[in-house]
This record gives sequence, C-alpha cells and structure tokens, in this order.
Amino acid sequence: MVKSNRKPWKKLVMGVLVATLLVLNVGCSGSQSSSNESSSTAEEATQTPSQENFRVGIIQYMSHGALDAAREGFIAGLADNGFVEGDNITFDYQNAQGDQSNLSTISDRFVNDKVDLVLAIATPAAQAVAGKTTEIPILGTAITDYVAARLVDSNEKPGGNVSGTTDMNPVKEQIDLLAKLIPDAKTVGVLYTSSEDNSIVQAKMAKEAIENLGLKYVEVTVTNSNDVQQATQSIVDQCDAIYIPTDNVFSSAMPVVHGVTSQTKTPVICGETGMVKEGGLATLGTSYYDLGYQTGIMAAKILKGEAEPATMPIEGAKNFEYYINGAVAEEFGITIPEDLKQYVQ
Amino acid sequence: MLQIILDAISLGLIWAIMTIGIYITYRILDIADLTVEGSITLGAAIAASCIYNGMSPFGATCLALFGGMLAGLVTGLLHTKLKIPALLSGILTMIALYSINLRIMGKANVSLLRIDTIYTFLENRGLSHTNAVILWGLIFVIGIICILYWFFGTEIGCAIRATGNNYRMARAQGINTNNMIILGLVISNGLVAISGALIAQSQNFADIQMGVGSIVIGLASVIIGEVLFACKNFYSRLTSMALGAIIYRIIIALVLRLGMPANDLKLFTALTVALALSLPVLKSSLPPLKKTVKENNVRC
Repeated sequence: MVKSNRKPWKKLVMGVLVATLLVLNVGCSGSQSSSNESSSTAEEATQTPSQENFRVGIIQYMSHGALDAAREGFIAGLADNGFVEGDNITFDYQNAQGDQSNLSTISDRFVNDKVDLVLAIATPAAQAVAGKTTEIPILGTAITDYVAARLVDSNEKPGGNVSGTTDMNPVKEQIDLLAKLIPDAKTVGVLYTSSEDNSIVQAKMAKEAIENLGLKYVEVTVTNSNDVQQATQSIVDQCDAIYIPTDNVFSSAMPVVHGVTSQTKTPVICGETGMVKEGGLATLGTSYYDLGYQTGIMAAKILKGEAEPATMPIEGAKNFEYYINGAVAEEFGITIPEDLKQYVQ
Repeated sequence: MLQIILDAISLGLIWAIMTIGIYITYRILDIADLTVEGSITLGAAIAASCIYNGMSPFGATCLALFGGMLAGLVTGLLHTKLKIPALLSGILTMIALYSINLRIMGKANVSLLRIDTIYTFLENRGLSHTNAVILWGLIFVIGIICILYWFFGTEIGCAIRATGNNYRMARAQGINTNNMIILGLVISNGLVAISGALIAQSQNFADIQMGVGSIVIGLASVIIGEVLFACKNFYSRLTSMALGAIIYRIIIALVLRLGMPANDLKLFTALTVALALSLPVLKSSLPPLKKTVKENNVRC
C-alpha cells in the first residue's frame, strides 16, 4: 500500500514545491526587475559623474544600541552631503540578526545587485563582504582593528576596496583630558591588568601620550581583582592623577579604587563611562552616531568620485562624548573648566 | 536570480556536511547532540588558525576533522562512561569548547582574507568563488555520502543503526551499545567540524560566535529533507539530508530577496520553513487530484 502511494505523492509534493518556488520567483523578479534597472542606470552613470540614483547596501551583524546608532549616523552623514534617501540614493538595509551564515547570503545579494557601495557594521560583517568582492567599495564602522581583521594593508593606506572608521578607545584624547582637568599633574599613574591584550595595547598608547605631554608615568599591573586594592595603594602616593584604560578587572573593581583614591584625593581618568559612574572623575568616549556620520561623509566622497577606499586612511572618531562625575569632582575639589561644565553629570 | 540560487546552493552544500552529521546522531542514534554548536566552531577555529600560520588548507581541514572527532569522543565518554544524560553531555562539551576555541584562535576572530584557502586552488584555475565552493562542496558531500553508505552497510555500521533503533535488542544480539554510541558521536562531530572548516574558508574568517544557532539550522535542514523527499533507502536518505540543507539556504536567500524589513528576517524564515514543512498536510487536505493520494507516510 505504502509503496504504491509513494510515487504520486512524491510527484505532487515536488509539483507544489516547484509551484511555490515559481510564485516566489515571480514575486521576486518583479522587485528584482526594478532593482536591475536602477543598478544598470547606476552602472551607466559611473562613467558620467552626475548620477541619478545610487544604491547603498548596509550589512549589520546584529541589532545593538551602538550599531543601530552608527547606521543612523551614516544615513544622516550622507543626507547632509547631498545624498538624501528617496531622492538620489536608496538604502538596502539587511541585518543578519547575529547569525553569521546569514552574513554570507546578504553579501551575495549585494554583490549580485552590484550596489554602488556597502556599509559594513561590525567586524564579521565587513569580513563577509570583503571576501565576496574586491571591486565594490566597502566602508566599515564599529570596527576596532582593521589590520588584525586583515581588511586593509595598513590604517594609513588601506590598498584595497575597504576603508572606514574605527571605534578604538581614544586613549590620547583621554590623557589630554586628564592634563586639562588636572593642570598641575606631574606624574600620572597607569593601572591595568597584565593578562588583557586590549589593556596592554591601551596602556602602551597612554604611556606614549603622557611622555609626549612632558609628564612622567608610573605603572602598576594586577592579575586579578584581589590585587586591586594593594596595587592602587602602592601607586597613589607616587602620582598626582591616575589613568585606567578599558579593562575588565578594573571595570568591576572601581569602587575599590575609589575607596583608596578618595583618601589621598587622587583623581582617576577612566577608559569608559561605566567606570566613571563607579567613582572615576571623567572620561571621553566614542559616540557611535558621530562615528557613523563620519563614515557617511567618507561614503559621500566615494560616491562623488572624489576618493577611493584604497587611498582613504582609516579614520578614528573626531567627536567624542565627555562624561564627568560631578560628585567626585566636588569631593576631590577639582574645578571643571567652563567649556566642559555642560558634561558634568 | 540564477546567481542567487547558485550562491545559496554553494552555502547549502557545505552546510549539508553538518546536516548529515546531525542526521547520524539525531535520527540514526536517536540522540539530540548539542556538541554541534561547539564542534562547528572548533572545526573553523582549527582550520583558520592552521591556515593563518602557514599550513596547507588540505592539512588544516583534515586536522579539523580530527578535532571534531575528539569533541565527539568527549561527549560520548561523558554520556556512556559517566552516565551523564546525552543532552547534558553535549551541552557540557559545547560549553567547554567555547574556551578551547578561544585558546586555539588566541582571540575572538581569525581572518583569512587574502590568504590561500582550499578554494583558492580552484579560483586560480578560473572558477568564480561560488563555483569553487560548489565544486568542493559536491566533492565532499558525494564522497562523504559514499563512504557513509559503505560504512553503515558494514557489520559495525549496522550495529550502530541497530543501537539507535532498539538498544535493548541490540545488546541482546551481543552489540556493545556504549561503543556504538561513542563511535556515532565521533563520526557525527568529525563531519560537523569539516563543515565548519569549509564554512570558515568560504566566508574568509572564523569567529567565536559562528556556531550560534547552528543546531537549529541543522535540525531544520534534516526535517526539510525528510518531509520533502520520500526516503526509500539509506542512500537516498543521506542524499535527502544534503538536499534539505540546500533548500533551507535557498529559502533564506529567497526570504532576503523579498525585501521585507531587515529585522523581520528570522520571522519570515520561520514562516517559510513552516510553510515548506506543512506542504504534505496542506496537500492532503485539498481535494485529491488522483484517487491514490491518501494519508502520506513520511517516515520509512
């Protein structure tokens, strides 16, 4: 019985399946024909600089406050430079929703559609697209290290079809902030965890920045949160201010640091906002909206034909968000300069 | 449109290897093995790190196979020797593999951009990336199906199948069921790791998060393959697993094509897979086209 039933059943299912695929196909080819038209006009127009309609693909790794902000900034950055959505530019926004296998399919879609430019938000997204095309310009944002991700040859001269903006912690600017808030500081203490690669890199940058300002530094490292109190005690007498980069051990141990530093009134400049809230004096960090906006300006230059990714250096954030802990400033008797008063929380 | 289908087929073929691996544990052994989420990343991590450090892509892919088999062995030992339930054994190995994968890669993400992979060999001979992936995918899938078809016909292979069907009966026949379960898990996770190695080389990076959701993708592919293709014998059942994985990828590509809001991707994927799976039921509730169409029997 079962055997005799199987064959017609199989045929029927296959028939229905093929029919569904055809329906999907027709549904898609409708939308595809319009996209084909626009991409062919785009192709023609690349030869003539005055273009009608640009198509930009946006590939985002997952939904996340910072990544969403970067995307919104990118669209705003393009709009302020003459590329307004619905007017002369269309965005094809795709979100892989944290599933990396979707990144590959989305990249295929952009390459097949021959979009004029791709914005890749977060490292895996950029790697997925960069693996599929060496021709379509790709701009990345919310990516920390382009060289380690092998997206570019060097930050100064990318050399391929990839460029963009990095969300590297602005260590140098944070040290500048330290010098501005504590103008009479002579020696700066640098505290970090010796087993965290990210902290070591930032500490190295901090030490260079401190020396460039003509100041001295003392550094003390910890291996885990049990060392934090002693390490901080050993350093407070030798320095006028302390710098701590983004560091996992210290971000959970800031109350301990504050307990020690409040006795000597040694201010602490931190790598991120969360640590300042827990007893640090101030920080300044990357605004992902501004970072996306900056990427939008780069995209506008590429679309206008003024620049190409191979020769566009990777840009760090130009605008930062200050965060100053008002309670700590008062407790330590630190006067905040007029121009920074609006950032006191 | 054709290019989109080809891209989906290329991705489907390399995921098909993982689907076949999951089929071995989920259907043949009747164990839901969650090691997969870790061992797919393990395969990718081993392959990417080895290739990055100058090893040949072929050797790296072989090493990934052994790494995956080792992961399966651990799950098998936890389950059979320490009597930890199969589901929990898989979860334990999966959790442990997260740290191990981080150690293997040394960081969360190893990039293979502009490094020769297994596909570069074919791309240098004029094939596009997609076609190179399809060709390697076909070679691996066909080779694996042939080897498995032969293996599950041998005495040991039959013993594994018997263990999954009815372990009491199998034991009564003098089969050491514990060893058979371990062997099945070893083979399954070896295949999953090969799949991971090929995926990493195709997408040009290995990432610590890449295994997330893979067990769901694999199970969906297994069920799609079973429901859509009648399975007469073991050979065609293995083939239907590969086809299930490919159809899953085509569905995702088509859902992306529809151009609905980006945040709804997963919802539409779920709806489309549900539609594909309900086709037989929908069909039987429609007025029959032929008299012979009756209740269908999906399982064989």
